Amino acid sequence: MPLYYDDDQTMLAETASQFMGEEGSIKNQLRHWRDRNCKDGFGHGLWKQFAEMGFTGMLVDEDDGGLGMGQVEANIVLEEIGRNLTPSPFLSSSVLAATALKHGSNDVKGRWLPDLIAGEMVYAVAVDEGRKHRPERIACKAERSGNGFRLSGKKDFVVYGASSEMIVVAARTSGSDSDTDGVTLFAVPQDAAGMSHDSVRLVDSSMASHITFDGVELDGDAVIGEVDGGRDVLNAMLMAGRVGSAAEGVGVARGAMDMTVDYLKQRKQFGKVIGEFQALQHRASHLYSEVEIARAVTIKAAQLLDAGSEKADLMASVAKAKVAKVAGLAVREGVQMHGGIGMTDEYDIGLYMKRDRALQEFLGDQYYHAGRVAELSGY
Amino acid sequence: MSDSDLEAFRAETRAWLDAHCPPEMREPVRDEDDIYWGGRNASFKNDAQKAWFEACRDKGYTVPAWPKDYGGAGLTPAQAKVLREEMSRIGARPPLSSFGIWMLGPALLHFGTEGQKQRFLNEIARGEIRWCQGYSEPGSGSDLVSLQTFGEDKGDHWVVNGQKIWTSYADKADWIFCLVRTDKANKYQGITFMLYDMASEGVSTKPILLISGNSPFCETFFDDVSVPKSYGEDVPAYVGEVNRGWDVAKYLLGHEREMISGADGGDRTSAIGAALTRANGEIDPVLRAELAQFDVDALAYSAMGEKFLDEIKVGKAHPAQPNMMKYAGTELNKRRHELIMAAGGSHALEWESEDTGGGKPSRNWLRTKANSIEGGTSEVMLNVISKRILDLPGA
Repeated sequence: MPLYYDDDQTMLAETASQFMGEEGSIKNQLRHWRDRNCKDGFGHGLWKQFAEMGFTGMLVDEDDGGLGMGQVEANIVLEEIGRNLTPSPFLSSSVLAATALKHGSNDVKGRWLPDLIAGEMVYAVAVDEGRKHRPERIACKAERSGNGFRLSGKKDFVVYGASSEMIVVAARTSGSDSDTDGVTLFAVPQDAAGMSHDSVRLVDSSMASHITFDGVELDGDAVIGEVDGGRDVLNAMLMAGRVGSAAEGVGVARGAMDMTVDYLKQRKQFGKVIGEFQALQHRASHLYSEVEIARAVTIKAAQLLDAGSEKADLMASVAKAKVAKVAGLAVREGVQMHGGIGMTDEYDIGLYMKRDRALQEFLGDQYYHAGRVAELSGY
Repeated sequence: MSDSDLEAFRAETRAWLDAHCPPEMREPVRDEDDIYWGGRNASFKNDAQKAWFEACRDKGYTVPAWPKDYGGAGLTPAQAKVLREEMSRIGARPPLSSFGIWMLGPALLHFGTEGQKQRFLNEIARGEIRWCQGYSEPGSGSDLVSLQTFGEDKGDHWVVNGQKIWTSYADKADWIFCLVRTDKANKYQGITFMLYDMASEGVSTKPILLISGNSPFCETFFDDVSVPKSYGEDVPAYVGEVNRGWDVAKYLLGHEREMISGADGGDRTSAIGAALTRANGEIDPVLRAELAQFDVDALAYSAMGEKFLDEIKVGKAHPAQPNMMKYAGTELNKRRHELIMAAGGSHALEWESEDTGGGKPSRNWLRTKANSIEGGTSEVMLNVISKRILDLPGA
């Protein structure tokens, strides 16, 4: 498969670009909700519009009422989300949770998918325990209790957790904390007794929860996939989420770069447009080169994932790590090249820096994923 | 061509390679003479090299994508890709390498007359004539268009005087394609892309000893060299038009940058951490981290290379994108060899030992420093990206 968009994908990219550039713009969404101190951190109205556009269920199989598209298509939407810094539960709900739910029983799917597709509900995922992404270690416990399970433990960095009607929780049903086996995924409803959120605003104005499960009673039908066999589902979910967040990062990098290159063409100092200075030209061109590479590997990872290739896991980590490096460079160069006004809240470039910082941490930063590339390569 | 036709071609190709590519020619290239360069004075290193070259020559596989009339196999881009994939799958060496294949050939295919194509392309494809490239001069490196080698018009011939530098393998080449100023009043439109015999009277070469200890490049001197304007009917001694050689040179620089960028694959884009760790035993944890960071960049770049080739095929690539590929690819390759040296420790310092194949690691490491100089420096590449892609003012 060639590494560029086919006609349908090109059309989707145009549609998503126009939609996100208008409805999802920084002014209409990020600043709008932030300046009103919105407790959700995103707009439910826009989420309904995502549903109308067909975005919410794009990864859901057609048999389950979705569009049956692939990661490449979801990434197209995510790149536009990144470019416009559009706050939205799309990545958590429509990529991560939707990927996990693919592995659920018909009952589980029937309970959760229609409201996701309709934009009526928002879902989150609870994987991390502690400050860094370490999904190899799952300590949060779900013990057998009657016909169901009793969930105890803590989860961190549950993005939009407090606004979500359901949370996909990775918990341990057997074995010890670092075992590969013995993990089970649960669809935990918002109103489950014993679940408490400590919801905090993050640097990028998004919201994330520290969640405590204090003996939360779950029915057996809350299980997604097989009991003790959740590692494969978790890995599939994480892979989709990593490739998806790489795509969002590419959008952040491109947005920051475009804004900066425009600025270099306008700002005058020493009687010249500063874009005439070779010191800045070379840095901008280096950045361009890196952004192109990051975008290429992200498309590659998405294609491999859609093709079910065994290389997808490695390339997902390559993409996540590469994009993290490059998006970090883009926002740092962006703020520096904007000079003093880059430090002001009035200009948008600082918002890119904040979003990039949050995205870096989500599902593993560049150090985690570079380490993973080494491990998967056998050293 | 349908997918099933292409798969049939793949099966045929596999069978043909199985039958014709000797096992010795599936070994990695270790020395320069592992590759056959052709030419009047060429000799084969062994029978396997000869057999492999001749089989490919007869099949048109020394230049598979060139038309059959000119010594190629007339493969479509998709078929050529299949052939590349199948050759790479078995580790087949290129049957013939030359500047004729990489540089002059593409120029002639684009700008040449029918007579030039019939003669020169066939000679290149059959490995009969080895070409070298006369571009840089002592005073004209990055600023190539300032070149001074001058061809004085004498009616039916020119008299060429001047000096070229960094002429790869000039001492082994039969013919040269050379940028010669034919109009001193016109900077860009005063250069002619000439073709002439290195055996002509007044041509001399002097190898340049490099920091790697090798001498792949020469200084080349032209002292009243007489170059006829034509080699027969429809075979002019210049490509394109007189005084419009810069157009040809610019076209070729694009090709050269693609080639140096390693966009066509090869080991410079692959991950190295696992191999270096296996080869050198215990690796310092900070070095391991550097290797992992490199592998991330290398694997990402290989995806970029694939995307770039896919886009070129359908005309989607930005015309200045080869500059970006060249910049990123060469900088990556330099880093690669820094890491090979670091992982190899004192072993990699050995300059002449048998164990290192005569100092391969250190000589290769030094050689890569030229990657970001030859064919346009990294700084020039960044200038071009600034101007043509980012559209920055005054670039």
